[in-house]
Amino acid sequence: MIPELIGPIPAHDSPPPCALPLADVLVPAGFPSPAEDHAEERCDLNMYFIDRPEATFFFRVAGDSMVSDDPQRSIPPGALLVVDRSLEASHGDVVVAAIDGDFTVKRLFSRAGKVALVANNKAYPPIVLGDEQELSVWGVVTGWAMKSQR
Amino acid sequence: MIALVDVNNFYVSCQRAFEPAMEGRTIVVLSNNDGCVIARSNEAKALGIKMGAPWHQLRELVQQHGIVHYSSNYALYADMSNRVMSVLGRFSPDQEVYSIDESFLGLDGMPGDLTDYGQEIRTTVRRWTGLPVCVGIGSTKTLAKLANHLAKKRPEFGGVCELAKIPPARLQAIMAEVDVGDVWGVGRKIAARLAGEGINTVADLAAADAEGVANRYSVVLQRTVLELCGVPCIDLETAAPDKQQIMCARSFGQPVFTRGELASALSSYVARAAEKLRKQGSAAGGLMVFIRTNPFRPGDPQYSPAVTVPLTTASDDTLLLTRAALWTLDRIFLPGYRYAKAGVMLTNLQPRDTVQRHLFVEDRVDPGKRAALNAVIDQANRRYGRGSLKLASALDDKGWKMKQGKVSPHWTTVWADVPVVH
Repeated sequence: MIPELIGPIPAHDSPPPCALPLADVLVPAGFPSPAEDHAEERCDLNMYFIDRPEATFFFRVAGDSMVSDDPQRSIPPGALLVVDRSLEASHGDVVVAAIDGDFTVKRLFSRAGKVALVANNKAYPPIVLGDEQELSVWGVVTGWAMKSQR
Repeated sequence: MIALVDVNNFYVSCQRAFEPAMEGRTIVVLSNNDGCVIARSNEAKALGIKMGAPWHQLRELVQQHGIVHYSSNYALYADMSNRVMSVLGRFSPDQEVYSIDESFLGLDGMPGDLTDYGQEIRTTVRRWTGLPVCVGIGSTKTLAKLANHLAKKRPEFGGVCELAKIPPARLQAIMAEVDVGDVWGVGRKIAARLAGEGINTVADLAAADAEGVANRYSVVLQRTVLELCGVPCIDLETAAPDKQQIMCARSFGQPVFTRGELASALSSYVARAAEKLRKQGSAAGGLMVFIRTNPFRPGDPQYSPAVTVPLTTASDDTLLLTRAALWTLDRIFLPGYRYAKAGVMLTNLQPRDTVQRHLFVEDRVDPGKRAALNAVIDQANRRYGRGSLKLASALDDKGWKMKQGKVSPHWTTVWADVPVVH
């Protein structure tokens, strides 16, 4: 039977050779992977550091005010801070705060009606909030990360 | 019940979130090329600076009042918008993102007091993102919009206005105070026509005969009248439809005269549009290219051609789309004009996976290899910033690149711009 052609065939000014493509599908011939059903998402640093992505922001630390003798608490200059705005800051938290229009990272002291921002590094005196000064906590530092220099 | 949540002075608030010193200062944000004012802080509004005011006309005010201005930083606004929308999505399963800074939320079946819920939304968005929002709650989208307008303009509502909480006589009085032009969907022209027949306020429009409005104006305005009376006519659109067209067009930083510069601008716009196209998994069946002179310089000879070309096979390939756009440009380009703007629109979009291949035209390039190349381009530009990897045809960008005198760092989207703390 001769098939009927419907409609015009678009002309081509320099017709290419009409190659017939082979099926372009990869057919696996081997045994299916026994691990396929058990595949899980790879460990993701975002998941490790961030609980609430909408409320999480990054800051870069400048200076050594948060360097401490206690290695667990020490935040080196150049560290990337993970800051969660959704958390209510409480006594002892490391916070990013705005003081007189500038950002600073310090540990929040809030006891017996006294509010202060304390550096880990003892060379820096605590910033005790005066009556005139307004402390606004921008967010709570939930972690920090450093890349090795190489 | 439906809530409409929107961010107060969105662009200005985004700038302030990362510069606490700007709290309380008079701020304006300028359009592309720093042409005119597109966002104002309350302080700027109080000075009488109008939306759309040409920036160069404000010199005197700027000097007198120490106004701070920013070039628009869309990377920042887009990220902050996504954050706000995502936070709002936690408050309702039914969300319609209405614009960059507005979202409708379906509140049907929410337990408890809705005004309290509105306050919770407000404090949460403020705390999580640093951005201030107002919430309007009504039984229709149009009423939610109206309630939001009241929440923003009238401090007595404390940022959340639930119409059902207002005693009927008081509500009637308020609606008689609000201009009909402030109603969602009533534009300036329609407002003027309505005023001609004595409909000046929201109360007037709500009391109008809906049938008559349909006859004299449109079914659209009839819906508005019904919605103002509490009859829902406009559904929440919770699933954003894939875009039917993707447009990328910009005004140039300075006038452009040569074919080469236009080609470079169009190449970069095609690259951007094609990236969006691939992101939504579509292919374009055609594209439209336009170039135009500046209509605001009536002394100049004017020329503004636009041409649409179909593609033999729908494609999402930056190289192929660029070639088509430049071919089109050569058909319309005439020397001797001061070109002020150009753009490209990808049309006839269709799902990439169901594109009809052409039976009689052999692909000139291996589509698999080309897809891989485009994927690498997208990846590189995501990683190293937009425009890091581009076609050579987009290189000649000295003339047309946007003039942005004072753009703030991309605080949340570029590693090098992450804010620094001491």
